[in-house]
Amino acid sequence: MNIHEYQAKAILRNFGVPVPEGHVVYNSNSARDWARRLGDGPYAVKAQIHAGGRGKGGGVKIAKTADEAKQFARDMFGMTLVTHQTGPEGKIVNRVLIEKGCNIADEFYLSFLVDRTTDKVTLMASAEGGMDIEEVAAKTPEKLFFEQIDPVSGLTAFQARKVAFKLGFAIAQVKQAVPLLMNLYKAFVETDCSLLEINPLVLSGEGQLLCLDAKINFDENALFRHIRIRDLRDYDEEDPMEITASQYDLSYIALDGNIGCMVNGAGLAMATMDIIQHYGAAPANFLDVGGSATIERVTEAFKIILSDEKVEGILVNIFGGIMKCDVIATGVVEAAKQVGIKIPLVVRLEGTNVALGKQILADSGLDIVSADGMADAAQKIVKAVKG
Amino acid sequence: MSILIDKNSKIITQGITGATGLFHAQGCRDYADTQMVGGVTPGKGGTEIDGFPIFNTVEDAVQKTGANVSIIYVPPIASADAIMEAVDAEMDLVICITEGVPVLDMVMVKKYMEGKKTRLIGPNCPGVITPGQCKIGIMPGYIHKPGPVGVVSRSGTLTYEAVWQLTSRDIGQTTCVGIGGDPVNGTSHLDTLKMFEEDPDTKAVIMIGEIGGDAEEQAAEYVRDHMTKPVAAFIAGATAPAGKRMGHAGAIISGGKGDAASKKAFLRECGVSVADSPAEMAEALLKIWQP
Repeated sequence: MNIHEYQAKAILRNFGVPVPEGHVVYNSNSARDWARRLGDGPYAVKAQIHAGGRGKGGGVKIAKTADEAKQFARDMFGMTLVTHQTGPEGKIVNRVLIEKGCNIADEFYLSFLVDRTTDKVTLMASAEGGMDIEEVAAKTPEKLFFEQIDPVSGLTAFQARKVAFKLGFAIAQVKQAVPLLMNLYKAFVETDCSLLEINPLVLSGEGQLLCLDAKINFDENALFRHIRIRDLRDYDEEDPMEITASQYDLSYIALDGNIGCMVNGAGLAMATMDIIQHYGAAPANFLDVGGSATIERVTEAFKIILSDEKVEGILVNIFGGIMKCDVIATGVVEAAKQVGIKIPLVVRLEGTNVALGKQILADSGLDIVSADGMADAAQKIVKAVKG
Repeated sequence: MSILIDKNSKIITQGITGATGLFHAQGCRDYADTQMVGGVTPGKGGTEIDGFPIFNTVEDAVQKTGANVSIIYVPPIASADAIMEAVDAEMDLVICITEGVPVLDMVMVKKYMEGKKTRLIGPNCPGVITPGQCKIGIMPGYIHKPGPVGVVSRSGTLTYEAVWQLTSRDIGQTTCVGIGGDPVNGTSHLDTLKMFEEDPDTKAVIMIGEIGGDAEEQAAEYVRDHMTKPVAAFIAGATAPAGKRMGHAGAIISGGKGDAASKKAFLRECGVSVADSPAEMAEALLKIWQP
């Protein structure tokens, strides 16, 4: 789960991490009022969307006065901000963060994440702050520093010192960096982050370290023990169909193609998307109905797939294990009757009770094309849609 | 021969009084010579459920039944503790089926397991089956058949797909291992390939991977440098958009690393026969190996 920058900074502030003073606003008058409360300018005016690269799209402005902050905020509200992370459709700005400006002497990069190779939380740091870190990793990997963190000891002071010295800090900054890093780690583990990124960490003209930007992703599997964090979810930032799907325990992600897919199991669902592409078409979605789909869930899955106007055909690919093919077939027939499917529907069933399942489809009187194997199914739906 | 499990394995179920735990304990008991010897549910020790004796602790269950394998169905909130309890009881093998275990819980579990004898498979996996002998997991038993091919995969239903492609060509399997789709898990593709390499009855291997991480690349380096047996592979997720989570927490591509195209290219460089389509996993193996 993603949260906004201002929410991430509020969490970090609670863990004693230095972040700029600021406040989120929902209209331009409040932008001016909050700027005044922060004292003299300049102020940073930052559009709050769940994507990076906001500066290049006009989503981050520096205002000299409170009135200018109001003007910039007014320009941002309602605008569709397009960055390299939003996709071409962009995201609408509904929240703006007003912050006290900061005199930047130098910029650094910090992040914590779980390293799948070592199975440990890893601190990644670089003196190349403010830059796209993937680019740093690709072009100058020697400028990235890593510390693997033992989950029992946590990030130790000596590890934090090592990183601080590698970043080239003077001793005054090392003394600030050690608690800053240890508190960031504490925030990471105590809120079950999957990513905590500070880019940039800045050294101000006054010699203070400050987290100028903050991005946090949470491990969704751990949200059950963080009710207050779960409440930070911003539904405006998510695809409405993905929200509906999650209410029915369906795992759904909208894509750009025109062939809707309904599959059991995440790996088989990805492979089904792949085989559609392999035969020259594009999947409209990822949809995993899970291992215990009921008729109700199958019906909802069809409704969600069909609510995407791009969909011109549907491929159902089920490998029944615990889930029996006759149950799925009944669900498909019921759903097709209820929803009224008017586009080509290809169903591939394999596994437990497959013969019975195929019989149910054949007897339904519905225009359902039965397929044998994944290749046959993909070829049939691609042909039906392309004509 | 086989890897990990065979007809001599003695298995207990942690979470046996839950609907899922009991259903699958019965399913495993019904498969070939599988020895399901009991279960653990704290507070219900001394009772029985459908003929399975129940114990309060894993330690008790091990002492009374001689179990050396545990399968775990307890909810995510208690999974890490259940795994550590089984490790503490010196099980040879622990298979955690539960989906949705917090990643940082698994980071702690991995630390706890350092220097201990137990091997962990999962979490978020379908389990392990040695066809014709022993099934420990939620996979449909009848699609398997005894034979010479080892199968290892991060995904459940996609594993069934590969197994079915083999079985319907009359090619059987030594052992099929679902290692699970989570970013931090007990056993990797590499670990499993090493076991298949050492197993005299395994003659060839199908490895099924996904986008994200570099586990498949590590396994491919082993194939290139050490493995004498032919390996075929499929990598799911060529069409997945960057940064989106596709059901499995492990299946996130970030920053251009771990995408399907670069994984496939590297596997081919290492001598792995890579299927471009998931319908051709068995054929990819048959291109480089004849049973």
